[in-house]
Amino acid sequence: MTLALVLGGILAVFVVVAVARPFLREPAPLSDALDEPGELERRRLSLAEERDRALAALKELEFDHRTGKVSDEDYRRLVGPLRRRAAEALRALEPRAEARHARVARPG
Amino acid sequence: MADLGRAALLLSFALVAYALVGGSLAAWKRRRRLAFSAQNALVASFATTLVASIVLWIALWRRDLSFVYVAQHTSRSLPLGYALSAFWGGQEGSLLLWLLILTGYASLAVLLNRRSRELIAWTVPVLGGIAVFFALMLCFVSSPFTTAAAPADGAGMVPSLQNPYMLAHPPMLYLGYVGLTIPFAFAMGALLARRTDERWIVATRRWTLAAWTFLGVGQLLGAHWAYVEIGWGGYYAWDPVENAALMPWLAATAFLHSVMIQEKRGMLKIWNVTLVSLAFCLSVFGTFLTRSGVINSIHSFSQSSLGGWFLGFIVVVTVFSVALIYVRLPLLRTKTKLESLVSREATFLYNNLLLVALALTILWGVVYPLLTQAVNGETRSVSKPYYDFFLHSFGLPLLLLMGIGPLVAWRRASLRALGKTFAVPAAVSVVTGAVLLGLGFGSSPPGLLAYTFSAFVAASIALEFVRGRSATGSLRRLVARNRRRYGGYIVHAAIVLLAIGIAGSSAYQTIRERSLQRGQSMQAAGYTLTYESLETRQLQNAQQTSAVINVSRSGSHVTTLHPGKSWFPVEQSASNDVSIYHDPRSLGDVYTIADGISKNGTLDLKVLVKPLVNLVWAAGFVFVFGSLVAMWPDAVEQRKLADRYAAVPV
Repeated sequence: MTLALVLGGILAVFVVVAVARPFLREPAPLSDALDEPGELERRRLSLAEERDRALAALKELEFDHRTGKVSDEDYRRLVGPLRRRAAEALRALEPRAEARHARVARPG
Repeated sequence: MADLGRAALLLSFALVAYALVGGSLAAWKRRRRLAFSAQNALVASFATTLVASIVLWIALWRRDLSFVYVAQHTSRSLPLGYALSAFWGGQEGSLLLWLLILTGYASLAVLLNRRSRELIAWTVPVLGGIAVFFALMLCFVSSPFTTAAAPADGAGMVPSLQNPYMLAHPPMLYLGYVGLTIPFAFAMGALLARRTDERWIVATRRWTLAAWTFLGVGQLLGAHWAYVEIGWGGYYAWDPVENAALMPWLAATAFLHSVMIQEKRGMLKIWNVTLVSLAFCLSVFGTFLTRSGVINSIHSFSQSSLGGWFLGFIVVVTVFSVALIYVRLPLLRTKTKLESLVSREATFLYNNLLLVALALTILWGVVYPLLTQAVNGETRSVSKPYYDFFLHSFGLPLLLLMGIGPLVAWRRASLRALGKTFAVPAAVSVVTGAVLLGLGFGSSPPGLLAYTFSAFVAASIALEFVRGRSATGSLRRLVARNRRRYGGYIVHAAIVLLAIGIAGSSAYQTIRERSLQRGQSMQAAGYTLTYESLETRQLQNAQQTSAVINVSRSGSHVTTLHPGKSWFPVEQSASNDVSIYHDPRSLGDVYTIADGISKNGTLDLKVLVKPLVNLVWAAGFVFVFGSLVAMWPDAVEQRKLADRYAAVPV
């Protein structure tokens, strides 16, 4: 019974410290706000996903063509729009990336 | 010690309740420290639940019969391994195992995804909410730490549970059931956070695969347990509890396929969150079926009052997920459309429809007795023909689609390209079908179709590897470059083995029964079985009587089998001890059951010759290997994802 009480007490102290830790480490933080992606960041993420999807689709098409799953005719018809999509996603990401880098380089 | 267990469980309850309430508040009001605090609470709840679990294990180990749970599920003579496995042999222990695995998984998910602050902030309360239900049950409804004056001995364990498979089968199933909580929680977290990007899918890809693998392996272990322990000659009986594990596995299989379409084409977002919710609800339903004893099943080892609680929880989860998906519909709708009905994504879609249709028809079969009881006041149930009909109607086309899918290109496939890629597999399947028909396999049309389709799938998988290897120059490079695709093909090969094994051992099996006196023989599928004598052995906690059966073929001795029965005095119960000869030539079994042994020594012997049945078990190893290949981390992909999310740490 005593051992159980001691162990239970130690466990209770451990969980209280664990739960309170973020408040103990930063009793008065400058900002307590949880990161929230802005519209620009959400758009960037969506473009990055679109870029990866287009590049993966291109890679897949090349592979399917090489293994004979896609005929030469189908390949020629499909590859153009996919390349355009990938290029558009890359272009859409690029200016924003530059703008972001510029902002980082010139703080304030 | 029971006090420590109770205290640890109360702490778990408080912590997960805090994760639910504090986590919700933190995500809603966007408070960083509170969000971290809620995450820590979830991690700490694993530590407290682990302490409670250790207390129960120690009580089982010491056979501390003052614990009511220990007294109900063990006895002093029960071997230690089985005594420890009693942890999941009863309702309270099973609930504790659920909570232990859930908090363990949740802790790992939190620690691995702390960088995705917004997503994890909303996921924590969902995980906390699910854990609250199980902690509530354990603290206030069904505690494993109830104590009473210790009886002289415990009630023992149901004899059929005293089998080595019981050490692994239930935990494996639970790892699968509970594992489906993680993708569900992340999907709901993403919807709550208004996130419709792929972050939640990336975060849970391996969780889903792991849970699905555990569930698959758990079912195969369960099937093998039924085969060697229950003693009816089969491995799957469409028992409600067996179905309960199959349904979420089917839904998760559909999800694993359809989520690839979202990743590659940005489509099916609504369908994917619906599927992941369905898989989770079915996994909770599975636990409910196993533990409530509401439906007659060979697994209903206990009746309980938990049914209402579980049904309430399932209703809450279903209403919550349906409402959330409905509210977020405008965000989930996509503009991308299916370009062609003859494309890889279209075959995935057909496969999804068949998988979900199969899962729902099985669900209907499972709940039918409950519905007839509620409506008519008399219980009616559906049986094997119902399930077999739908297995043939949906399962065989699914098998064929497994071969068609890999041969079809993404987006659009022309007839010319299809003709080229289909030629070899189609020729292989037609030749296989014709040869089998000539050999007399037409006695079972579904069996013949299963073999023919299996040949088609096997040929298409082989072709994929051969063509891929010639395109990349090396098999290793081919697999390393696309682990998910080729791991998936290996899993498909496992399903082919499974289909061949099931068709062979069910459609083409031979069953013979006869009463024999000592020295008499019987024939079965070319084997001669001669009853030689009876033997009696005293085991640690049972008395075993077995017949000595000499098995020969064409006059040559093959093996000696010992089917019999064991009597467990503590449990006041008997079990069948089947005896099996694995024939390496046919990959089948000679399976013997002593249906009855009379006092004068007459033996009622049942013999089943099951061709190819060992392929069912071999499929399990191939399945695990394929899953591991698919799950294995891909450095290139990791770098790509790290690059994608580096700029947007959400």
